[in-house]
Amino acid sequence: MWVSAAKSKLDSKVPGGAIAEKWDQHRFESKLVNPANKRKFTVIVVGTGLAGASAAASLAELGYNVLSFCIQDSPRRAHSIAAQGGINAAKNYPNDGDSIQRLFYDTVKGGDFRAREANVYRLAQVSVNIIDQCVAQGVPFAREYGGLLDNRSFGGAQVSRTFYCRGQTGQQLLLGAYSALMRQVHLGQVKLFARREMLDVVLVDGKARGIVCRNLINGEIESHAAHAVLLCTGGYGNAYYLSTNAVNSNVTAAWRCHKKGAFFANPCYTQIHPTCIPVSGSHQSKLTLMSESLRNDGRVWVPKNKGDKRPPSHIPEDERDYYLERRYPSFGNLVPRDVASRNAKTVCDEGRGVGETGLSVYLDFANAVQRLGQPAIAEKYGNLFEMYQRITDQNPYVEPMRIYPAIHYTMGGLWVDYNLMSNIPGLHVLGEANFSDHGANRLGASALMQGLADGYFVIPYTLGHYLASTPLPAVNSDHEAFKASANAVREHLKKLLTVRGQKTVKEYHRALGAILWNDVGMARHKAGLEKAVESLRKLRADFWENVKVGGEANLLNKNLEYAGRVADYLELGELLTIDALHREESCGGHFREEHQTPEGEAKRNDEQFAYAAAWEFGGTGKAPVLHKEKLTFENVHLAQRSYK
Amino acid sequence: MKLNLKIWRQKSTAHTGAFVEYTLSHVSPDMSFLEMLDTLNEDLIKKGDDPIEFDNDCREGICGMCSLVINGVAHGSERNTATCQLHMRKFKDGDSITIEPFRARAFPVIKDLTVDRSAFDRIIQAGGYVSVNTGGAQDANCLPVPKDDAEKAMDAAACIGCGACVAACPNASSALFVAAKISHLALLPQGQVERRGRALAMVAQMDAEGFGNCSNIGECEAVCPKGISIENIARMKREYLKAALT
Ligand SMILES: Cc1cc2nc3c(=O)[nH]c(=O)nc-3n(C[C@H](O)[C@H](O)[C@H](O)COP(=O)(O)OP(=O)(O)OC[C@H]3O[C@@H](n4cnc5c(N)ncnc54)[C@H](O)[C@@H]3O)c2cc1C
Repeated sequence: MWVSAAKSKLDSKVPGGAIAEKWDQHRFESKLVNPANKRKFTVIVVGTGLAGASAAASLAELGYNVLSFCIQDSPRRAHSIAAQGGINAAKNYPNDGDSIQRLFYDTVKGGDFRAREANVYRLAQVSVNIIDQCVAQGVPFAREYGGLLDNRSFGGAQVSRTFYCRGQTGQQLLLGAYSALMRQVHLGQVKLFARREMLDVVLVDGKARGIVCRNLINGEIESHAAHAVLLCTGGYGNAYYLSTNAVNSNVTAAWRCHKKGAFFANPCYTQIHPTCIPVSGSHQSKLTLMSESLRNDGRVWVPKNKGDKRPPSHIPEDERDYYLERRYPSFGNLVPRDVASRNAKTVCDEGRGVGETGLSVYLDFANAVQRLGQPAIAEKYGNLFEMYQRITDQNPYVEPMRIYPAIHYTMGGLWVDYNLMSNIPGLHVLGEANFSDHGANRLGASALMQGLADGYFVIPYTLGHYLASTPLPAVNSDHEAFKASANAVREHLKKLLTVRGQKTVKEYHRALGAILWNDVGMARHKAGLEKAVESLRKLRADFWENVKVGGEANLLNKNLEYAGRVADYLELGELLTIDALHREESCGGHFREEHQTPEGEAKRNDEQFAYAAAWEFGGTGKAPVLHKEKLTFENVHLAQRSYK
Repeated sequence: MKLNLKIWRQKSTAHTGAFVEYTLSHVSPDMSFLEMLDTLNEDLIKKGDDPIEFDNDCREGICGMCSLVINGVAHGSERNTATCQLHMRKFKDGDSITIEPFRARAFPVIKDLTVDRSAFDRIIQAGGYVSVNTGGAQDANCLPVPKDDAEKAMDAAACIGCGACVAACPNASSALFVAAKISHLALLPQGQVERRGRALAMVAQMDAEGFGNCSNIGECEAVCPKGISIENIARMKREYLKAALT
């Protein structure tokens, strides 16, 4: 099903020296682009989420010419806008024991020892600058009465290091980055291309020199040339059909790069978030996350007895099982996401789930309301409670919320080295689209941190080094490579429009989601994964014979966009499943039923699997080629994760 | 539930549009409004008709991508709710629902229910920011902000830029949108340095985009999915006057 590369082609470019000095030393050793020369370089930034907007603005401030692309009608609408809970930083303002070292340690451990140490350390280092930068932009973070910044603790952390803006942190951080981006548009340093979808990366002499994209309004296929391409296109959670991601989130940009040679790393590391509003019916188009910050004050429970159908208020205290508090006394309701999700699945599988479908657990605020009063709870979580009530028609101040896990985030993504460059020279990957910092499980409030770290504080240095040290002869979009790529894109669109079958794109997407959720979801096993590969192959073949797209290529045609994305998801789904099959261990979001401790916890196999699996495209329907980047842990002691 | 839908169809900006009627059965009260439209689109695609184009993305009421005027009200008549968060349980079996795009000279229709709101980006470009480059910021806690100011700034900053305020205003004014940004930054110490220039530049751009004048009608506040208060417009007017007079 897959083949192993005879010799791994990966060089992580992690600098030498002590971990705390690597980044400083690396910046010192990096080549600089002379200020007068920066304007001679053009950089394409695809995506305007936290990673893309911060990168585009920062590079433009330095003097590079930036072309910025996004799918939405405005860069401000990128999916990052939906992040609720907060952003981590090792500021240690609360004086509760945090430090760069501790954030680094927590992140490596939280990722179940499957991330690259040097990247994570750098992330923790620059985290403090992010908060400074955002405050300077005017991001209205929550404050204490004395006027200083407020912090809260967030899933999986024992210190309060999370900065937040009510339940709208992503929105405010993104609007900060967006405003910096708009300023550069005004100054003429950034050219904005909204309502564009990147459909191919163009390589000249083996280097990324541009993109081909579709103008979503008039269908025109456009070619744009540059000296480097930054992919900041987000995650692929929507492969599962139902997820908390925005509906336009997609893997297409990353997947098309993969097909051009970029390695895709650890696709099976998908994060399932424990606190989402349960599915209500087959019409459901997406799932809504209830911020994990709710677990700071909410208590998770199910009835002790199977099939107990009494309303929650009729179930006495001693017949309730606060299973997270029981099993993990020191972390309680704040265990990391993978642990909380798996436990929810376990109690529901035991027949103790609640709600009509039996596929949900309670998140109860009764104690917190008693302890702090309803106004205090409303101040902290008011907008989340409203959102819950709007969707479910139930009042969480009166009866406990019902929650169930849902796909939320993808740790896997295009492989990048320490400089955030993929194995294709010039193609850099930032934010959720890369695989770099979260290993097998991301801690809450760490994605916003990573997106902004990559964009504000890492890429301005590493891209400069690439541009200064790489010969890049002039190329424009008349080059043969652009023509070939544009033609291939047109062919692909035509092919989608001319199948003229019977089934809608959504029907395929739903079928794909069902396969992935059932067999490559919270718990995976060999037979299920093998079956899933078979089913996915059949589904993909059927798609190309029987899909019905309709409409025209030269007008706004969302269904055509959607068809292209689902076609790519069908291919990615297979790689994701193969990756899950090959990884004979449990780690983080990847739980193999065959590999668990007697207490049912994830059991890693460090001897054989302490590596990042970077997959080379082998051709559609052909075996992918596995390259291993060995992970070494010199600063954090490799240990079985325990939250007891 | 069964619904009678009257929906605006328009092939492109250059074409003229018209209402088309559809009936849709099997609507579940738990569906969101957009899921109801998804269901209609599935039917249309199966029949070989063009699906209805409408903008949407996060479906959580925060990205500001969804729009729609539903029975004459931008985002429908449920208060503090964007279209994507509106649920069908707010309608009854047999209801007739008219669905139109956000209409304003500055928001040309692209196709069906999709409009071009890029004018909003250009207003922000004119000055909706604090001019700080990456890297030069001081420690975040060097700048204490009274909690009350921070809360008020956050109230204004919560604007999602959807444009419902414009669609609801008889003058198609974007005053609430512009005022929200001006207020957010005017309330914070970070916004002081450029305070005057910002108000002048953003208001000038708003006028240049062809938005109408604010005549204190208040429809904008009524439809705003984030409940942004028209107090912000009063603040903007003060900011503008102060800047224009000094
Ligand atoms: C509901 C929710 C809540 C969350 N809450 C938190 C939280 O509290 N804290 C936290 O740390 N993380 C949180 N996360 C995770 C975090 O929001 C994301 O991981 C992060 O914002 C991703 O940022 P990004 O810049 O990498 O990509 P995105 O924000 O997803 O942006 C992707 C960009 O790429 C563009 N794009 C994509 N494909 C193409 C293409 N083919 N052509 C052109 N453009 C393209 C899009 O238009 C968009 O501009 C949350 C996620 C969700 C879903």
